[in-house]
Amino acid sequence: MTIKVSMKVNGKPVSAEVEARTLLVTYIRENLRLTGTHVGCDTAQCGACTVLMNGRAIKSCSIVAMQAEGADLMTIEGVAKPDGTLHPMQAAFKENHGLQCGFCTPGMVMNALDFAKSHPNPTEQEVRESLEGNLCRCTGYHNIVKSIIAGAKAMGGKL
Amino acid sequence: MNAPLIGARVQRKEDYRFLTGSGQYTDDVALPNQAYAAFVRSQHAHAKIKKISLDKAKKSPGVVGIYTGEDLANAKVGGLPCGWLITDVNGQPMKEPAHPCLAQGKVRYVGDHVAVVIAETLSQARDAAELVKVDYEELPAVTDAAKARKATPIHDNAPDNTCYVWALGDKAKVDEAFKAAAHVTKLEFVNNRLIPNAIEPRAAIGSFSRADDAYTLYVTSQNPHVERLLMTAFVLGLPEHKVRVVAPDVGGGFGSKIYLYAEDVVVTWASKQLNRPVKWTSDRSEAFLSDAHGRDHVTVAELALDKDGKFLAMRVKTTANLGAYLSTFASCIPTILYATLLAGQYTTPQIYCEVTAVFTNTTPVDAYRGAGRPEATYVVERLVETAARELKLDPAELRRRNFIRNFPYQTPVALQYDTGDYDATLDAALELGEVSGYAKRKEESSKKGKLRGIGYAAYIEACGIAPSAVAGSLGARAGLFEAGEVRVHPTGSVTVFTGSHSHGQGHETTFAQVVADRLGMAIENVSIVHGDTSKILFGMGTYGSRSIAVGGTAIVKALDKIIAKGRKIAAHLLEASESDIEYDKGEFKVAGTDRKKMFGEVAFAAYVPHNYPHDKLEPGLNENAFYDPANFTFPAGTYICEVEVDPDTGAVSIDRFTAVDDFGKVINPMIVEGQVHGGLTQGIGQALTEGCRYDASSGQLLTGSMMDYCLPRAGDVPYFKIDTRETPCTHNPLGVKGCGEAGAIGAPAAVMNAITDALGVKDVAMPATAQTVWKHLQEKSHARV
Repeated sequence: MTIKVSMKVNGKPVSAEVEARTLLVTYIRENLRLTGTHVGCDTAQCGACTVLMNGRAIKSCSIVAMQAEGADLMTIEGVAKPDGTLHPMQAAFKENHGLQCGFCTPGMVMNALDFAKSHPNPTEQEVRESLEGNLCRCTGYHNIVKSIIAGAKAMGGKL
Repeated sequence: MNAPLIGARVQRKEDYRFLTGSGQYTDDVALPNQAYAAFVRSQHAHAKIKKISLDKAKKSPGVVGIYTGEDLANAKVGGLPCGWLITDVNGQPMKEPAHPCLAQGKVRYVGDHVAVVIAETLSQARDAAELVKVDYEELPAVTDAAKARKATPIHDNAPDNTCYVWALGDKAKVDEAFKAAAHVTKLEFVNNRLIPNAIEPRAAIGSFSRADDAYTLYVTSQNPHVERLLMTAFVLGLPEHKVRVVAPDVGGGFGSKIYLYAEDVVVTWASKQLNRPVKWTSDRSEAFLSDAHGRDHVTVAELALDKDGKFLAMRVKTTANLGAYLSTFASCIPTILYATLLAGQYTTPQIYCEVTAVFTNTTPVDAYRGAGRPEATYVVERLVETAARELKLDPAELRRRNFIRNFPYQTPVALQYDTGDYDATLDAALELGEVSGYAKRKEESSKKGKLRGIGYAAYIEACGIAPSAVAGSLGARAGLFEAGEVRVHPTGSVTVFTGSHSHGQGHETTFAQVVADRLGMAIENVSIVHGDTSKILFGMGTYGSRSIAVGGTAIVKALDKIIAKGRKIAAHLLEASESDIEYDKGEFKVAGTDRKKMFGEVAFAAYVPHNYPHDKLEPGLNENAFYDPANFTFPAGTYICEVEVDPDTGAVSIDRFTAVDDFGKVINPMIVEGQVHGGLTQGIGQALTEGCRYDASSGQLLTGSMMDYCLPRAGDVPYFKIDTRETPCTHNPLGVKGCGEAGAIGAPAAVMNAITDALGVKDVAMPATAQTVWKHLQEKSHARV
C-alpha cells in the first residue's frame, strides 16, 4: 500500500508516494536523497537521524513519513546559510573540534540547535543531559560539550 | 613566511562537509539500478543445516536472486582467510578451520550467514528473507572461553576447540625467580568482551561492469587495498586490476572495519551474477551479531617482587576467545600484540606468558581499539597497583622503582623500546591531577557519604607494527609498510595520495600540515586523497595507531624525492651546481646569493620543459615512496583516575581523569587531544558500562542492541585533564609515535584501580556497573557483621 506524503523540507515543498511503513528517515534519505541525516541504530538510541520537525528535534527513525504530513522539517542540509556560510552552531563544532568521523555530527548539531534555543548560556551539566539521546563513539563528548556551549552562546537563543 | 605548521592547532579541512551533511558514506552511495541484499542469519548458536527451503522466498515480490552456501561452493568462491599464522607450542601451525562466506552445512554462531536474498527494494529483500525456511538440527553450544576445550567440537579439525596454545618467554627462569621472591601478587580476572559499535554501521555495494569485465566495491573499510588483496587473491580468484575498492567517508572503525567480511564478498560476487549493483547496509542489530568483537580473555597473572619492591618476574596464563571462526587478524591479537607488551614501562627481567586460543559459538573476535595492548596493560597495571597496596607502598613510588630509564631497552618479551621518559609523564600526571590534594578530596567525599578511590595506569603501547621482515618471521602473511605519492601540479599546488585511511582521525588535515610544512607552502595548496584503490598506488591502511608514523613517513620520503628533483631542476634554471642549491620555505636558492626560484616556478618548468635538463631528467614532478619502518614506535603515558562511589546504589562516577601521554612529536595538538578523549571514553566504557553477554545455554547474544549494551553517553564521562610530554621517536623523520589507541589502552586499568581502591577490595569485574559494585559493598558489610 502506498500513500502520498507532502511536507516542507528545508523551506521547499516536497511530496512523494511511499509505502505506508516508510520511516521518515528513509523518506528523507532515499526519496529526497538528503543523505546528511544518518541511521546509526534501529532502536532510537543513537540520535544520528535527528532532524527538526516544526522546530523541535525529533529522531526521524522513530516515526513513519506520513506522521510528518504537512510538517515543516529542517535537516542538516538546511542549516548553513544559502551562500554556504556555516551556522554559528556548525562553526562552533568546527572551532572546538567537536567532530571526528562526522557520522553522528548531523544529529548532534540538530539536537543542539533545538537545545540552544532555550539555553542561550548552558552549563556543562545541562549540555551533557541534553545529549542523553545522542551517541558519539569518537570524541568522548568532551569537545562536543564545549562546541554546544560555544554555539549556544553565539546563537543567543535564536535559531 | 608562514607560521610553523608542525605543532599547530589547525582546524580540520574535512569538517565543512561533515557539518553540512555533504559527507559521502557508503550507504549514501546510490548506483543506478541497484538491488538490495538482506542476509538470512542463523538464529542458533550451533546447528547442522538439514534443509534450506527457498520456494516461498523466491516467489516473494521483487526478489531477483537468492544464494546459499551451496551456490558459492559451486562457483568455487573460497572462504575468508586469516592474515597471521601462529605456531603452537608443539611446533604445529594453528588450526585454521574453513570460514565460508555463506554457511556450508553448519552454523556456528547466532548471526552466522546462511543465505542472501536480493530484491528490488530493501523492504522486499527483508520480507523475502523472512520466508527462507531453514531446518536445523541444534547442537550444544559453548560461549565461555574457559569451558570451550571440553565442549562439543565446533570445527572438525579442532576437536578440542583449540586453535593454538602459544607461549613467549623462558618458563624455567620465571619459575625459578618466583621461588626466590619475597612477595608474590596474584590476580585472576576477565577482560570483558566488547562490541565495537562505530556509529556508522557496515555497508557494501558491489557492482560489476560487463563492458570492462571489472568490479567496483564501495565498502566501509579501514584498508581498501588489503580488502582487495584478500578478496581477489584468496576468495574470488580474481586479478586485482579488475577490482576497485572504494572506502569513501567512513564513520568510525576502531578495528571493526579492518577485516574482510562475508557480506563484502557476497555482494561483489552477486553483482556479476545479476549484472547489477547489489547494496547491503547493516542495521544495528546485525552489527551487534556480525561485526568482529574485541577482548574476551580469562587470565591468571602473577608478579614476583623482591623485598625492595623490585619486579623479578611475571607469569601470565590467558585463555582467549576467538569466537566461531578466525577473523582476518584474530590470531595475532592475543599473542603478538599482547604478550610482547607485558614488560610495560618496567625492567621486569623475566616474563612468561602462555595463551590458549579457543573457538566458541560466538561472533568472531579480532582487533578492537588497542587490540591486545589494553589487555596487556590491564594485566601489568592491575598487578602493579595491587602489589603496591599489598606492600603498603605508594603506587607511584613502586612504579618509579621499576621504570626503564636506559634506552634503547630490550625487553624479555621480544620488543626493543627506542626511547621514552616514564618519570616525565608520571610526574606531569601527578601534578596535573593534583594528587597532592587527594587526601582532602577523599575526606570531602566521605563527608558526603561517598567513597573515593584513586587509581593509576602507566601504559606502554607498540604502534605501527614493523618491520615487515620481523612481522613475517612472527607469522604475518602481509607486509606492514605504507605507501604515499606526492603529485605536484604544474602551477605548484600538491595532491598527496596516501595508503592510510581516515575514518575520523583527520588525516586530510594532519597529513596536509606535514606536507605544507615540508614544502614551505600554504596548507590550502595541499589536498590529501585516500580510500580508493584506483587512485592510490597501494596501502596497508589504518589500524594500530600507525597512520602518522608509517603513512606520514612514506609521504615525507616522497616529499624528499620531490625536493631532490626540484633542486636538480632549479640548478639548471639558475645555471648553478646542484650541490649549491638549498631548499627553504618554498624557495630553491643558490647558497650565499639572492638568486632563487620559487617552488611553483620549478614545478612549472617540470611540466612546461622548454628550458629543462632533458639529458639528465624526465619531465614532471611526481614521486612515490614506500616506507617499511625499522621498529615499532612506543607511545607511553600515565593516567590517573579518581572515582566517587555511592555506597547506597553502587553507582560509580568518574570525578576526575588525568592523562599525560608521550606520543613523540605532535603534529596537531587539537586532533591528538580529540583522539585521547575518544580513546579514554572507550576505555572508561569497558571499565564501567560495556560488556557483551551471551546466554550460556542457548548461545543467544543478550546484549544485542544499544538498549542492552551500554555505550558511554555524555553524562558518563567528565571533562578530561590531558597533556603531553615528548621524547621523539628515534627511527622516523617526524619523530612521531601515534596516538589513536592510547586512551583505550590505559583507561580500563586506571578506572578499575580507582574502584578497587574506593571499595577496598582486590578485584571487581568489568564492567563495574552499579549492580556489580553494590554487590561487593553488600558482601563487605556482611563480612563485617
